[in-house]
Amino acid sequence: MNKIANKQVICEVLLEEAKNDKDIVVLCSDSRGSASLTDFANTHPRQFVEVGIAEQNLVSISAGLASCGKKAFAASPACFLSTRSAEQVKVDVAYSNTNVKLIGISGGISYGALGLTHHSTNDIAAMASIPNMRVYIPSDRFQTEKLMRALLKDEKPAYIRVGRNPVEDVYREDEIEFEMDKATVLQQGNHITLIACGELVIEAKKAATKLKKKGINARVIDMYCIKPMDKEVVVRAARETKGIITIEEHTRFGGMGSMVSQIVANQCPTTRVINLALPDTPVITGKSKEVFKYYGLDSEGIVKTASELMENVQ
Amino acid sequence: MVNLKVKAYELRKDIVTLIYNAGCGHIGGDLSVIDILVVLYYKHLNCSPENIDHPDRDRFVLSKGHAAEALYCVLADRGFFSKSDLDNYSGYISEYIGHPNNKVNGIEVNTGSLGHGLSVAVGMALAGKMDDKDYRVYTVLGDGELAEGSVWEGVMAASHYKLDNLTAIVDRNKLQISGWTKDVMSQDRLEDRWAAFGWHVITIPGNDVDAIDKAIEEAKTIKGKPTVIIANTTKGCGVSFIENQAGWHHKVPNDEEYARAMEELEAELELRRVSLGE
Repeated sequence: MNKIANKQVICEVLLEEAKNDKDIVVLCSDSRGSASLTDFANTHPRQFVEVGIAEQNLVSISAGLASCGKKAFAASPACFLSTRSAEQVKVDVAYSNTNVKLIGISGGISYGALGLTHHSTNDIAAMASIPNMRVYIPSDRFQTEKLMRALLKDEKPAYIRVGRNPVEDVYREDEIEFEMDKATVLQQGNHITLIACGELVIEAKKAATKLKKKGINARVIDMYCIKPMDKEVVVRAARETKGIITIEEHTRFGGMGSMVSQIVANQCPTTRVINLALPDTPVITGKSKEVFKYYGLDSEGIVKTASELMENVQ
Repeated sequence: MVNLKVKAYELRKDIVTLIYNAGCGHIGGDLSVIDILVVLYYKHLNCSPENIDHPDRDRFVLSKGHAAEALYCVLADRGFFSKSDLDNYSGYISEYIGHPNNKVNGIEVNTGSLGHGLSVAVGMALAGKMDDKDYRVYTVLGDGELAEGSVWEGVMAASHYKLDNLTAIVDRNKLQISGWTKDVMSQDRLEDRWAAFGWHVITIPGNDVDAIDKAIEEAKTIKGKPTVIIANTTKGCGVSFIENQAGWHHKVPNDEEYARAMEELEAELELRRVSLGE
């Protein structure tokens, strides 16, 4: 099992790139430890800004720095960053079009027993609904690195959510496919399609292996680019397979599944879409894997839903 | 050299005319802040249409974004865009809208939602410090705006980072949309509040261009801390029947009111020109 969390990879990429690029600035809201950015703060103190526990300030200051040519990376728990500072994101980042990358750490239900205050299960909806804001949720450390390098090359606002703990690898270092704003098709299949993002991609991948044994060929798509979403890959899946299941660590309202459903309803309305997501209530207490299992988001739950779907569409 | 006292009244006429023609605008706040903008844009800010993207330019953020008409009139007069660009102000597909929009030349960032500008200005000032640049950053806030908690996050950070390249100016006109600020949410002992956060505080009569000029000069000499200028202004300053009336926060003058306002402004402008021997 991999021991490196996606947020740690973000720090490593920024540490390395900041050596040769003095315009990279990292900002934290008393979150350097939780964001794994202590190394960055110690190595590049002149490129690090601590704002204290003040997420609104974090985002506005980032926008001010960016308007003066800095490449600002604001890292704070996803729960606070995405909604407490939503207005600053809307106005100072998205509307003013400043080069601020918002790094939402310990996203989704990563904080487990800390409760709903610390969960961000509506961050996709909050961020994606803002005009000119992009949303990315990478699945493993290798994809996180590719994504960070791509984001360093552009000057537009973006929100990136990563989890708290190390997650299993989806890819292998020497054979990771990555194209910015294009979803990755992990495996082809012509029966049904599983579209997942973030930490649930590995569950979808495992589910596909199990489904194969039951004679169901599942296509697996890693939709790390929530917005702009890769519409083409969704439409192809809707046309070429009999049904789509979306799997995400978010509520069903305004998340990745909603966006997939919208595309399918628009382009290929006869294809059925099932959204596996978190409930419209505070989630049960548990570790991520336990919570995923409880709500049918783990590989077993996906297999069950997929099998039912196959029976209904045949 | 532009005479600031005259310019402030020429621009008051532009503002009132813009609002009258467009049928919208925040006339009270525009008229209270205009003297501050005139002193900044005609005397202190080293930004001009020629150096609009220059990394060393001074930065200005109108945190009380609803005074957009005042800012647009100043920018048009300074040549950042043509005055005729404002003919369709707030009209169909216009980029010149009711709050500053950075698609317009000379506007650094979008404002309008209160309580953002100071923190954005803190970021700009920090960038200046990081790059050892000499530019200065100015922001103007309303006194009603100070009720936004995020303002005090910015106040705290500016002091923590000893941003002596940052000057905040509070357009203290003591009125807001619902009435007197002291009744809506009082800002009493305002100087003490800022001083307690570690800022250098200067209080001035805020519609007096000489006093504004002197305060901005003083701010440039203060080292190791940011400066706030509490500018005690009159909302609607320059037009007798608009002055100190909450009802004129964003009221539009009718034909008769417009004629009276222009008459009053022209009379004061004449006095100012005469006293200068122009």
